[in-house]
Amino acid sequence: MSRPVISQNTPDDQMQPAAAAIMQTVKSPPQPGASSGTSSSFLKSLLRTFTSNPKALAGLSILSFFLLVAIFGPFFMHQGPNTFSNDLLAAPSAAHWFGTTNLGQDVFTQMVYATRASVLWGLATGLIATFLSVVIGLATGYLGGIIGDALSLVINVFLVLPGLPLIVLIVAYMPVRGPVTVALVLALTNWAYQARVLRAQTLSLKQRDFVDAARSSGESTWRILFREILPNEIAIVASGFIGTLIYVIGAAAGVEFLGLTDVTSVDWGTMLFWAQNNNALLQGAWWWFVGPGLCLALLGAGLVLLNFSIDEIADPRLRNELNLKQRVPRWYSLPFKKVQQAQ
Amino acid sequence: MKYMLRRIGFYLVAIWAAVTINFFIPRLAPGDPATSLMARFQGRMNPQAIHALQLQFGISHDPLWVQYLQYLVQLLHGDLGTSFTYLPTPVTTVIAQEIPWTLMLIGISLLISFVLGSFLGALAAWKRGSFSDSLFLPLLTFMGAIPYFWLALVLLYLLGFILKWFPLNGGYDTSVALGFNSDFLTSAFLHGILPAGTIVLASLGGWMLGMRNAMITTLSEDYVLMARAKGLSDRRVMLSYAARNAILPSVTGFAISLGFVVGGSLLTEIVFSYPGIGFALLQGVLNNDYPLLQGIFLLIALAVLGANFLADLAYSVLDPRVRDGKGGSK
Repeated sequence: MSRPVISQNTPDDQMQPAAAAIMQTVKSPPQPGASSGTSSSFLKSLLRTFTSNPKALAGLSILSFFLLVAIFGPFFMHQGPNTFSNDLLAAPSAAHWFGTTNLGQDVFTQMVYATRASVLWGLATGLIATFLSVVIGLATGYLGGIIGDALSLVINVFLVLPGLPLIVLIVAYMPVRGPVTVALVLALTNWAYQARVLRAQTLSLKQRDFVDAARSSGESTWRILFREILPNEIAIVASGFIGTLIYVIGAAAGVEFLGLTDVTSVDWGTMLFWAQNNNALLQGAWWWFVGPGLCLALLGAGLVLLNFSIDEIADPRLRNELNLKQRVPRWYSLPFKKVQQAQ
Repeated sequence: MKYMLRRIGFYLVAIWAAVTINFFIPRLAPGDPATSLMARFQGRMNPQAIHALQLQFGISHDPLWVQYLQYLVQLLHGDLGTSFTYLPTPVTTVIAQEIPWTLMLIGISLLISFVLGSFLGALAAWKRGSFSDSLFLPLLTFMGAIPYFWLALVLLYLLGFILKWFPLNGGYDTSVALGFNSDFLTSAFLHGILPAGTIVLASLGGWMLGMRNAMITTLSEDYVLMARAKGLSDRRVMLSYAARNAILPSVTGFAISLGFVVGGSLLTEIVFSYPGIGFALLQGVLNNDYPLLQGIFLLIALAVLGANFLADLAYSVLDPRVRDGKGGSK
């Protein structure tokens, strides 16, 4: 517990003393006299908290790497992902860093484009699912009564129905199969877990005095939900978003691997679909299927690390004290729910 | 008892929800994918089968609630429709052929990974901070993020293709006769090792991390201190005192993980061309075999709900507070 959140100030910090004082501890409330504006110094201190946590740093670096590749990567490519060449099924070389497919497509180029598709569609899916879970979770927690019970039953039923077969079934019935369909179906089938967590939290928060105060001062239900209660659950929403992201990116790859999307699009799952269908394995073309899976695993692991660190930052009890004798940090103190979700 | 009744009630609602979702998906699907598909099979199926399919896809002029009742009656008679892929075999027959393989594969690997993962997790918490604890858990975090089907591809490539230790595909050697003879069982066992190993490896980390964290909380409880003060052996304190209590969240978390493990296992089966539900699922996807896909969804839903019910039973055995209806469950 004694470990300072901020270990040291870098010399190039041109900070005013008041702001620096705030940054000494994140938990101390912003002082009214802080000249640099409370919200910007809060953001700064939040950033500092993240960069001083090794797990957060590792997770953020991995996530930033994939985001950068997703956004800017394709601009640096000289050719499209499906450009053919005469080097068929060539092993990695200087000309083709990650080798080529059986049609001579450059696997490295495909990977860069695939990263864009998988990461950005994953983010969009995660955002929709999180939005659904926030609205439903808060509403069921706050409303209570028969409506609350009924909605809570719906949440629990959605939780126990097997995800992948349901997703496959719905996508199979869609006349147009593409990334939009996959994203929407995944969002619609993956809000339940997070909604249940938020419901439980809202149930306990609505007993608090500040909610009573808001209610008696005549604030509307929506305002109480989203202005009073939601800000107190923001860490849960954030870690839930990341958990959902991990799941939907993996599930999207699974659905694409089955060929249940536009198979001409280039994403991690579709790359594996083509590799599998062209017997990449039996031809010994490991370079074709190794990349997309490693990216999935690396991004997933990065997001899990980020989630661990959010838990630690939001709940200081989980934070491990820095043990000077022990160089290897103790990882992974986390509540059970995160593990289940992170799988 | 009250607890069990409530759980049974919940599972009945969940089964009803699965059935109802199954009923509405074809009817809500934009366009009419089923009709166009049925046109292709006109003349190849007997009128009775076609009528049954029309009921299933909602190509009918009856009001919706009549269709719904007809559908329920059909289901209660165990009729899931006729598979397009394996015309004119009923879906139930197709699934009945595949399900034993999947049940064996997933059942055994789930059991191994749950028991082994929980035990290793308890051990890791017991030796918290030791070298192996620090080394294995980040590794498992990474392993847990690997998609099942990709891990399957890599294992197949390394152990099957390069090292040739295991057969490359299938559930048994086709040259051996099916049946309960030693040749067949050995062959089925050899073919099962890689798929089962994939599922165990991919799901082990989750159980292990969950157990480890629950165990760390339990270890700081007074009764553990008391057990130590009494001079009980380490093994007894670890297993009978701490682990026994720490396992509870894992049992509750079983529900959510199970659906995930089953999904991953289906994809794993596809990679190994394993004769199971995953293979049938792929056939259904490739051939737009809607009755087969719907049957698979319904059946897996039933199996998952059944397994959850067993987990609930186990939970009430492990936690007497639940049995006596004094709360303790979430």
